[in-house]
Amino acid sequence: MDGPSDVPLRQASGVAAPSLRAVHLAGVDVAFPEPKGGVFKAVSNATLAVAPNEFVAIVGPTGCGKSTLLNCAAGLLKPAGGTVEILGAPLSGLNGHAGYLFQQDALMPWKTALANVALALEVGGVPTAEAMARAQVWLTRVGLKSFGDRYSHQLSGGQRKRVALAQVLIRDPKILLMDEPFGPLDAQTRQIMGNLLLDLWAADRKTVLFVTHDLEEAIALADRVVIMSAGPAARIIGDHTIDIPRPRDATEVRLQPRFHDIHRAIWAQLRDEVVKAYGGEVG
Amino acid sequence: MPIARWKLLALQAAVAITAIAIWHIGSAGTLGVTFLPKFFFSAPWDVGARVVKLFGDGTARIAHCTDPLDITRLLSTSDACFGKTIWQHLSVTLIEGLLAFVIGSAAGILFGFWFARRPLVAAVFDPYIKMFNALPRVVLAPIFMLWLGLGIWSKVALGVTLVFFIVFFNVYQGVREVSPVILANARMLGMNDRQLFRHVYWPSALSWMFSSLHTSVGFAIIGAVVGEYLGSAAGLGYLIQQAEGTFDVTGVFAGMVILAAFVLGIDWVVTLVERRLLVWKPPAASSQT
Ligand SMILES: Nc1ncnc2c1ncn2[C@@H]1O[C@H](COP(=O)(O)OP(=O)(O)OP(=O)(O)O)[C@@H](O)[C@H]1O
Ligand SMILES: [Mg+2]
Repeated sequence: MDGPSDVPLRQASGVAAPSLRAVHLAGVDVAFPEPKGGVFKAVSNATLAVAPNEFVAIVGPTGCGKSTLLNCAAGLLKPAGGTVEILGAPLSGLNGHAGYLFQQDALMPWKTALANVALALEVGGVPTAEAMARAQVWLTRVGLKSFGDRYSHQLSGGQRKRVALAQVLIRDPKILLMDEPFGPLDAQTRQIMGNLLLDLWAADRKTVLFVTHDLEEAIALADRVVIMSAGPAARIIGDHTIDIPRPRDATEVRLQPRFHDIHRAIWAQLRDEVVKAYGGEVG
Repeated sequence: MPIARWKLLALQAAVAITAIAIWHIGSAGTLGVTFLPKFFFSAPWDVGARVVKLFGDGTARIAHCTDPLDITRLLSTSDACFGKTIWQHLSVTLIEGLLAFVIGSAAGILFGFWFARRPLVAAVFDPYIKMFNALPRVVLAPIFMLWLGLGIWSKVALGVTLVFFIVFFNVYQGVREVSPVILANARMLGMNDRQLFRHVYWPSALSWMFSSLHTSVGFAIIGAVVGEYLGSAAGLGYLIQQAEGTFDVTGVFAGMVILAAFVLGIDWVVTLVERRLLVWKPPAASSQT
């Protein structure tokens, strides 16, 4: 690993500004209208604070409201109750500090991979030629040097995710929202992508809010893992600090005894929620 | 498994040869019965000869011309070297079709966007749009001729009413069906309304419009030919109508052959254009020849 050898992260962010939070969701409620009238309370009284430069993973059973929570942090969804604060200021409208890596494919299918990445800069007024050159650098960084002229249907699922990652990171957002970014990939590719993410993150330690349903992945990558309860009316029910030192290797870290201890402790809590999520459906 | 190219061509040729053979045998009475009498069905060699003659005469007339050619002369039926030649008929139909396509598409795009972005407007006009679209457009031809005369514009208008609705519905759909995720992504990337239009709505709408390019171009030509047939002094529709007026079945068939070849040619050009414009689209499940 060639990352800069680290001061422990907790300390670094803690010293800089103890009270400032990069993302602060306080008592957030989200309700969706039901097709047959009434409302479906998806998220209820969810509270989550993320410090600057912190990497937080959200884990929870499927359908509990992880994407919903992320949409609130992005400003795409206005919560019915509670407050959302970004870098200390209440959020109104879209979150301009955040880059969002969506759960579904979000690349523009009518643009090539390179043009998709460059577009993120052009939108901000960067001249096309310069944007293209910088986009090429980012494509190289995510390992897609020679794939710039491909359209989205000519890329594999993992390649599309990497283009999307480059598209988000090229704008250098302060906060990174990632919704199951490696969701459709196989276990090996996930770990490779995980390492890629850790490498990129080590460069400037953005604030990261990372949604996943894979607990091992969450522990391997994050500083802190929070657990969401099964829906409806999901909220944050667990908060675990991962004190495995960095730099980490997303594959090797899984072999450490400390990893297993943490995994066992969190899984005990998560399992009940996963069972609830399915039990509720069946029963 | 894809069919080999030569095999396909051979089979396609076989169909044409069989059809022409039946036509020939039927009209010549080779089997003792003339089941396709020449008066009603003409004969393949006569039709072929007529097509050759039309082009031969037309080309001979043009060959003598020295004056530079311009659009007014191309459209003038009394022009000394162009008037009433096959080249004039082809150009007139082509020009009418092109104009109908361009004007109809422009209007369709404009209204498609407007309606898609303004749900109230769309809801209010919905029944009227449906009503006009259900109307067989042929009945409008006499009205257009009354309003616009017997020149090219009444034909263009007829084509426009056909092209407009196809483009309109496709653009409307294209704008409405933009993936919400792509839209959310674009907004998170910081796009303002103008940029959203340029990078998201516009390409999406165009892709829907291009997917119906064959249909809309085809309808533009249909509008032109039907308009000419119902009353004009030039064009392929006029050519067929004139032959029909004198019970010249060979002339009717010759006109149809030329029209069919003309449409095939245009369709081929559209396919080339489409391939360039929709490179980003995954190939359809049922791939073409
Ligand atoms: N637009 C919507 N309208 C109605 N209900 C919705 C809507 N979006 C989400 N929901 C509901 O809210 C709940 C949470 O959805 P969400 O997408 O946040 O789940 P998730 O935790 O991201 O699940 P997954 O892990 O499967 O992605 C689900 O029960 C879902 O059915
Ligand atoms: Mg989700």
